[in-house]
Amino acid sequence: METLVSKKKKNNTKTPVRISGAEALIRCLVEEGADTLFGYPGGAIMPIYDALYDYGDKLNHILVRHEQGATHAAQGYARASGKTGICFATSGPGATNMITGIADALIDSTPLLCITGQVISGLLGTDAFQETDVIGISKPITKWNFQITRADEIASTMARAFYIARSGRPGPVLIDVTKDAQLQECDFIYRKCKSIRSYKPVPVIDEAKLKEAAALINQAKKPFMVFGQGILLSGAKKELKLFIEKSGIPSGATLLGLSALDSDHPLHMGMLGMHGNYAPNVKTNDCDVLIAVGMRFDDRVTGNVKTYAKNAQVIHIEIDDAEIDKIIKADVAIHADAKEALTKLLSMIKAKSYPDWIAEFEACKKIEYEKIIRKDLHPESGKIRMGEVVNLISEITDNNAVIVSDVGQHQMVTERYYRYSTTNSNVTSGGLGTMGFALPAAIGAKIGQPDRQVIAIIGDGGFQMTIQELGTIFQYKIPVKIIILNNNFLGMVRQWQQMFFTKRYSFTELVNPEFSKVAISFGITSQKISERKYLKAALDEMMEYEGPYLLDIIVEKEENVFPMVPSGASVSDIRLE
Amino acid sequence: MEKRKFTISVFSEDRIGLLHSITIIFTRRKMSIESINSSESERKGIYRYTIVFSADYDTARNVTKQIDKLIDVLRAFLHEEEQIIHREIALYKVATSSFYNGNEVEQLLRKHSANIIRIEQDYLVIEKTGWKNETQALLQDLEPYKILEFARSARVMVTKRWKRLHKNVLELEQEH
Repeated sequence: METLVSKKKKNNTKTPVRISGAEALIRCLVEEGADTLFGYPGGAIMPIYDALYDYGDKLNHILVRHEQGATHAAQGYARASGKTGICFATSGPGATNMITGIADALIDSTPLLCITGQVISGLLGTDAFQETDVIGISKPITKWNFQITRADEIASTMARAFYIARSGRPGPVLIDVTKDAQLQECDFIYRKCKSIRSYKPVPVIDEAKLKEAAALINQAKKPFMVFGQGILLSGAKKELKLFIEKSGIPSGATLLGLSALDSDHPLHMGMLGMHGNYAPNVKTNDCDVLIAVGMRFDDRVTGNVKTYAKNAQVIHIEIDDAEIDKIIKADVAIHADAKEALTKLLSMIKAKSYPDWIAEFEACKKIEYEKIIRKDLHPESGKIRMGEVVNLISEITDNNAVIVSDVGQHQMVTERYYRYSTTNSNVTSGGLGTMGFALPAAIGAKIGQPDRQVIAIIGDGGFQMTIQELGTIFQYKIPVKIIILNNNFLGMVRQWQQMFFTKRYSFTELVNPEFSKVAISFGITSQKISERKYLKAALDEMMEYEGPYLLDIIVEKEENVFPMVPSGASVSDIRLE
Repeated sequence: MEKRKFTISVFSEDRIGLLHSITIIFTRRKMSIESINSSESERKGIYRYTIVFSADYDTARNVTKQIDKLIDVLRAFLHEEEQIIHREIALYKVATSSFYNGNEVEQLLRKHSANIIRIEQDYLVIEKTGWKNETQALLQDLEPYKILEFARSARVMVTKRWKRLHKNVLELEQEH
């Protein structure tokens, strides 16, 4: 079989080979250099799974326990490896179960290729068994989608799908393949897609705008830079660091921009937004030039837009034109890839430093440390706090692990206190805020970065939304480390109920099973701890363990995450308590 | 910001489902589309949509960019009313008996530059092309004469600054 397959592969760049649509689809994945798929078979995608059976030496298929898990695993894989995540599902419920992950990938700009089976083309529109209009359903949440009804459409469509998913601002693409198209034969020949006339992923940079931006930056008294995931997606970590160090401009990261600049860098003032750090939020409203790169001014970052950065001239560098002037009007809009723009700007800006301005940030940092960070990281009594766990993990892993977090209080604490030093390290659900993201995403992240420690930090609520993926971890012996920060509450909702709904804790208390026993029944080594004196030893034991491990940590039940910009408030009205 | 009328013209590939992709950009903002028209453009294989809606300028611009961002859209342009030449066509079905007494209706049609395009024993069909307020004015004038049916098309338009617009689409073609 091996020789047969490689012979066919060798041939197909020159002359077409006659194969089934299903095999053609698999061969497209091989041609694009894919190595891992996450999926779940079913009736309408069976011919593709049958073809996959012969390609086990080239494609590693991970059988998840729910299609949502496949999409999140593919996202984790994409975010940790930088490659396109691929997932398979059947028609109907298989396809609809993918929807949450696809929506998450769109809003967080993650390249995904989702393949769904579909009923035979003759039955389209007839309410056939397991028929659903997944093209219609997924339109608002995909970068592009397409239904294949003939085998000869497969090669060109798949080539486009890969090109669209990973170019420009990346995003999810869904390809729906009717069963008859999978079964038909076609003359297969693969050519990678290099351009599409209606799609311009990389804009041509406007040099005049760069000059305007450089002039603003060079005359600024209190400049501030905010950067997002665009830095990571364009591979501009080095350029960002050079820019910041030459210009001397303090900076802050969005949630997904974290890890684009080392957390310990002296000009990194922390995370922006609702539960970000005190200094970057407050100083946003004091700066005179705001340079925003590869970010989209999410409402969780801006707070009240009417009061956001009102003293500043705004320079917005962004690859997606639809994000420019959408939320915050740019005085200088640079429609460009972040890396290209920063590289060009670097030679146009003056080397400067802003000691007085930096001192203002440092003063804020000190206030935040005294009021919040000290007691989060070094509590002397009471139950274990989430912050001290994350702080210890950062120390134990030498700031070098891939951190996968879910959604809620534990996520904000994780992102606040893990000190990232490497890119492709921060995997979390940002824009969509999808509880249940972390466990399957950690599977994908580990496969995407097999040589690094991958740690999933999850709340007790989110963990139970995709808990079945413990089965996947067990089956494939995926050595991820799972930490549950367990407060028996939907903590973030409870915090809002405490602060804004007069402590009416409406349906936020969880009565949980023993997670360590659940893990053990899935064949995963596990323990539960609730006392501070055992914390360090338990974390050490987990990190040293070779296989998958789950550590259930009982934490302070009613801990609140601060600082906090209350919904609708100005970033400078951030609350410390 | 004050709402006013805008027209977006979209040049696209001939792709199934593109109309859906365009309309959901409006529906997700709970905006209604006043009229929408689609036809092949002067370039074979390139389709043009004309969409009329009301919004404030910032929203209109955001929506245009979001349409322009669709993979199968070559370009989307936002036009103010004065930047375009536009028409709608209206058909009025009126009872033939309305014409029996005197020449009032005939004068009305002359006044509105409308044509009779079909005469049957019991009804006749009048056609009027123009701006919406013009076809609406005829509708009002015909009201006393028993209108059996009325229908108005979506707006069609061409731009006054045709050079730039065509250049853009041509450039995209030539690059491939």
